[in-house]
Amino acid sequence: MRWIVTLAALAFAAVSYANDVGQIKNMRGTVHVERDGQKLAAATGMSVRQSDVLVTGADGSVGVTFLDNSLLSIGPGSALAIDRYSFDSTTHDGQFDASLKRGTLAVVSGRMVKRSPESMRVHTPSSIMGVRGTEFFVKVTEPGR
Amino acid sequence: MVAVLAIMALVIVFSQPSVPSPAAELVVLVPSADGHTGAVVVEHGGKRAVLDKPYAAHRIGRDSGPAQLTDGQVRSTFGATAAAIPARPAAFLLYFVMGSDELTEESKGELARMLEELRRRPAPDILVIGHTDRVGAEEDNDRLSLARAERVRQNFVAQGIAAERIRAAGRGEREPVVQTADGVDEPRNRRVEINVR
Repeated sequence: MRWIVTLAALAFAAVSYANDVGQIKNMRGTVHVERDGQKLAAATGMSVRQSDVLVTGADGSVGVTFLDNSLLSIGPGSALAIDRYSFDSTTHDGQFDASLKRGTLAVVSGRMVKRSPESMRVHTPSSIMGVRGTEFFVKVTEPGR
Repeated sequence: MVAVLAIMALVIVFSQPSVPSPAAELVVLVPSADGHTGAVVVEHGGKRAVLDKPYAAHRIGRDSGPAQLTDGQVRSTFGATAAAIPARPAAFLLYFVMGSDELTEESKGELARMLEELRRRPAPDILVIGHTDRVGAEEDNDRLSLARAERVRQNFVAQGIAAERIRAAGRGEREPVVQTADGVDEPRNRRVEINVR
């Protein structure tokens, strides 16, 4: 029985490792990650996965480095969803969709954009940005704020 | 009856929330760390606008359309966000004495500078890949390349970089920087590449 539990734990660890698409490299103030309906406290070194939503408080900011060396950061009062991320480290083909719900975002594009322009897209409530490279900022002010 | 309807109408009118200010969006392209400016295509309401000049911007909301910002405006709006951008991925090379996992004197100095750079990163991911020149047998060079990478890895660990954040691998003589015939002593191929992000 113990073996089965151990094997299951190992299998789960392997699966979750494969889902990791980026890592939190910088953090200040209040930051959490919404994952599978849970709200996790963020920490430097923590992995980021597809479907995660990064949320910062009024004093918060966080920066993430992705597998293809794309860099994203958000400032205070922001929410950013990692909608879709795939990257082939051999061909550098990939697809990256992220949505800024509110607040501020900095983008530094990585290898997948170098390989195929506009493979990375940033969505806002009313627009889509196709990234040809390399650095830009986005701000979304919600209605009534 | 009319009075009741009038009062109801008034209640409905005054119970409406005040009209919220509309959503506003701003996109601005900036020069990259190496001074080069890329491009971003903004799609909104079926139209496409291309930003490809430094500080070219596009606003959506009350005053929709293209705009030109200054460096100062970008700093004041996005300063805290820019400060949170992770350290740029970086690559370094160190060189070795022939047939040995001993660094050249010059590379020993370079190693010290590199450690300072690594220590500035709170959660670095480090990949160390060793290489050899084409002197000696291929299988000996596979071992030597890994020994070089491991030596650098141990050096980083001894200097306080967390071991689990460093991976080491050897590529033998397969990936020379300078192509040579077999058996040629080429100092530029006796190296480790260090990639950090």
